[in-house]
Amino acid sequence: MSLEEEAKLLRNIGLFAHLDPSKLKLLAFTSRWLEFQAGEELCHEGEHGDSAYIITGGTAEVLVDSENGPVLVATRGKNEVIGEMSILCDTPRTATVRAKDTVHALNVSKDVFMQLVKGSPDIAVQIIRTLANRLEESTAKLRDAKEKLAKAALE
Amino acid sequence: MRATRQIPATTNNNSKPHPFNTPSNMERSLFKYILKHSLKGQIVLLVVTALSMPFVYFSLEVPKIIINEAIGGQGMPQAVLGFEFTQITYLFALCGLFLFLVLINGGFKYFLNVYRGVLGERMLRRMRYQLYSRLLRFPLPHFKRVSSGEIIPMITAETEPLGGFIGEAFSLPAFQGGLLLTYLFFIFNQDPFLGAAAVATYPLQMYVIPKLQRRVNRLAKQRVLAARQLAARIGDSVSGIAEIHANDTTHYERADISARLGHIFHIRYHIYRKKFFIKFLNNFLAQITPFFFYSAGGYFVIMGELSLGALVAVLAAYKDLADPWKELLKYYETKEDVRVKYAQVLDQFEPQQMLDEALVADEAETVPPLKGDLVASNLSFSEDQLIKLVDGVNAQLRLNEHVLITGPNGSGRDEFARLLARLLRPTAGRITIGDQNTADLPESVVGRRIGYVGPSVYLFPGSVRDNMHYALKHLPRVLADIDESFKRALTAEREEALRTGNSLHAFTADWVDYAGAGVDDGEQLELRIVELMRVVGLEEDIYHLGLHSTIDPQAREEFSQRVMQARAALHERLREEDLSGLVEPFEENRYNLNASVAENLLFGTPTDATFDLEKIANHEYMLHILTEAGLQTDLLEVGRKVADTMVDLFADLPPGHEFFEQFSFISAEDLPEYQQLLKRISTQGMRAMDAETQARFLSLAFKLAPARHRLGLIDEQMQTRILKARDAFRANLPSELSDVVAFFDADAYNGESTLLDNILFGKLAYGQARGQARLSSVINSVIDGHGLRVDIVRVGLDYDVGIGGGRLSMEQRQKLAVARALLKQPDILIVNDATSTLDGAKELQLLKGVREQCEGRGLIWVSGRAEYAREFDRALVMESGRVIEQGTFDELEQADGTFKALLHNG
Repeated sequence: MSLEEEAKLLRNIGLFAHLDPSKLKLLAFTSRWLEFQAGEELCHEGEHGDSAYIITGGTAEVLVDSENGPVLVATRGKNEVIGEMSILCDTPRTATVRAKDTVHALNVSKDVFMQLVKGSPDIAVQIIRTLANRLEESTAKLRDAKEKLAKAALE
Repeated sequence: MRATRQIPATTNNNSKPHPFNTPSNMERSLFKYILKHSLKGQIVLLVVTALSMPFVYFSLEVPKIIINEAIGGQGMPQAVLGFEFTQITYLFALCGLFLFLVLINGGFKYFLNVYRGVLGERMLRRMRYQLYSRLLRFPLPHFKRVSSGEIIPMITAETEPLGGFIGEAFSLPAFQGGLLLTYLFFIFNQDPFLGAAAVATYPLQMYVIPKLQRRVNRLAKQRVLAARQLAARIGDSVSGIAEIHANDTTHYERADISARLGHIFHIRYHIYRKKFFIKFLNNFLAQITPFFFYSAGGYFVIMGELSLGALVAVLAAYKDLADPWKELLKYYETKEDVRVKYAQVLDQFEPQQMLDEALVADEAETVPPLKGDLVASNLSFSEDQLIKLVDGVNAQLRLNEHVLITGPNGSGRDEFARLLARLLRPTAGRITIGDQNTADLPESVVGRRIGYVGPSVYLFPGSVRDNMHYALKHLPRVLADIDESFKRALTAEREEALRTGNSLHAFTADWVDYAGAGVDDGEQLELRIVELMRVVGLEEDIYHLGLHSTIDPQAREEFSQRVMQARAALHERLREEDLSGLVEPFEENRYNLNASVAENLLFGTPTDATFDLEKIANHEYMLHILTEAGLQTDLLEVGRKVADTMVDLFADLPPGHEFFEQFSFISAEDLPEYQQLLKRISTQGMRAMDAETQARFLSLAFKLAPARHRLGLIDEQMQTRILKARDAFRANLPSELSDVVAFFDADAYNGESTLLDNILFGKLAYGQARGQARLSSVINSVIDGHGLRVDIVRVGLDYDVGIGGGRLSMEQRQKLAVARALLKQPDILIVNDATSTLDGAKELQLLKGVREQCEGRGLIWVSGRAEYAREFDRALVMESGRVIEQGTFDELEQADGTFKALLHNG
């Protein structure tokens, strides 16, 4: 795959849809294109993270450790972003992400990612939107869990 | 591993003068010092000078005879010693005699000059050696007051003029004085009155000149001090260079140096004024004497009281008189200068409380282990007589006990530790081991049976191994089997050293005391060092240094063969475990997509700078090969496209952005220039560019690795042509270039590549998640499987630590210092806050390792971390210079005292 093709591919990802072509090429050039076999981890909960992933193919599972072993909390597929939280907030990884089948992902380092966010308000807004969606997702789940807990307590 | 030639330490054991030849005190007076050490030489010089005089006299006499007798024919003898002469043969005989005398005189001069030089140099060697030996005996706190910047010029530059002077200290005044007296005698003989006139100004000169000279001396002293301080300040600037830049104080520093240089200039200026005034005075007084001769002498001749002949003779003699007098005055000046320097240097080498000479001189081959308990009684130490840093400490430690000494900073724990290691001397009280006061123990006992590692570690320039061996280099080992010529050369060296009271130990000998490390030979010692690297947690670091080192496969054939086996095994393993995708191996007939174009063309490792990546695009032979393969135009086009892409990608970024360094082929500074070039190329074409510009674009293409850079510029068709060029490059390599590339060969060890590259023999493939980590773990397991690990660590031991160990991190230096102290297996090891840069977990691990190593022997661990008491048999708690609590961890914790407070604050 050449740089031009990679840039085209990135354009299909909602996050980068409005980025100008030279920025897209820079992103493609400065990022690593990785292949993960099924079962391989993209990142591990609690570890220090200095890069985010953009899935360009395949499906990955998001797992969180609990007392009863890892719990599947979400799946992520093509054109979705993973791991942006820990590079935006400098926190350890909040979950483990594991390839469900062969996953192709673009590994964007913290420097490149921050450069993009700073350089393009569109991207910043997109990121905020993604994060807000995820927060809503989590809140909804938390609400469900609380309700279940309350029910269990009543029974 | 470097092979050390084993040389006998001392070749002659029967007549064994004290090899550590330091007289306890150096003579205060320079002349006494010279006489004491070179009396014989000075006498030889005087005697030979005296012997040479008649020949000088004759060589002046013979020309007169030639002119008067042989040529003039006056009073020519008819026969000499029964030989009859004609005038012609007489002339030639005399000329022959003259020639002979010239030779003899030259010979004398040659001998005297060489002898003087040698005498001076020997004295200089002796003096420098003595000064250095004294330096080694300075009490340690003294080094807080004098800097190396001051000490170094004292031993090197300031003593230098002494060497020249010593050779003529006695012979010059004797010779010139003799001449002077002869001439004076002659003049007085002619006429006492004129004689008196000739020396009339001497008393005045002898009175005035020393007075002036004393002022010059005072200034000279100031100058020496100022120069020393300048040296010290420059030394400070070197040590504190980071602070200077970090605080923008270059102006301040320059102003300081400028002021010092100005000060030196002024001193010099005054010296010149005084010195040349003295010269003026001398010249004037020398010229005033002929005035007396002409006026008074002339008067007497006219009055008929003196013959004209006598006056002319006196005038001639007076002319001769001037030279020796001038020489004597010059000698006086030099003597004063040198005398001042000697005294000033000596002053600095007699600090209070120098270590007793006998303690450092001991040459015991083996030292028995220490016995008994280590007891500190009433031990006190203060630096300025005011604050007692250690205050009446009483403590008893068994030599098989592991003790922690803890306390807050400034509690005296550091001083106590250094007192125990005898690096400080108690101001009161004493430390005994068994029934011996440690103050009286020779250094051979303290330095071998007591180990000490302090908070500031110093490593000597050399390899990691050299630094480990340093703990064992007490005395050279004497070996029987050495060849005769070597022995002779060594004996000559030794005799010269003997003459100047220098060390008689051969520096080139094998100094490593294997027995001291508890091993029998070098091989065992290596394994022991590797083991200690593991104990202090340095093995992994050294292993990596080793992996990234090169070895000479010829010198280490067996090892390189095993590396080759590991290479085969690695690729086998990768295939078996379905990990082949991690590495793209080098194959002769395949283009390596993870390697750059240059690497693909060369298909080997450059052995020198000829085919550096920066230069290769400009190399005539490389260009020839590319043209032949029809690649040049295409690769130039690739280079142009690379430049185009770089400009496209990076032009908008601010210069200095980290992407330039990380990703760009072109630096931020060069980018505008490439933009210009690209514009020109688009109008004029690449052909129109000069060779240098073309080379720049070519080298951009050379850096491309298709798998990594994904610019799609090196297609398969071009790869095939590059492969052809690769073959052509190798096949037609001119003989003068034959050894500048070590070509890759799947079946041969490449001496120019690192061990790691030799095992890997390929490129890490791009785009494999955690590829590096996964590959490393396979490589490590293959290395362990082939038993190569120890060998690789041993290669790592060759790593050069740099000045003061600067190429290692502080943590690595501290670990190395601990390992070094463990290597000599001391009866007591004192670790004084020596691992402070390690984090808690690592320090604890190291501590446990050290404890294991010191099983059955004494260990004193000094640290502010009170919780370590858990690990030790006992702990002493210090505060304000006193031991205030002691006991086991449990006892101390229950006591509810300072220890508990320390435990909870720390």
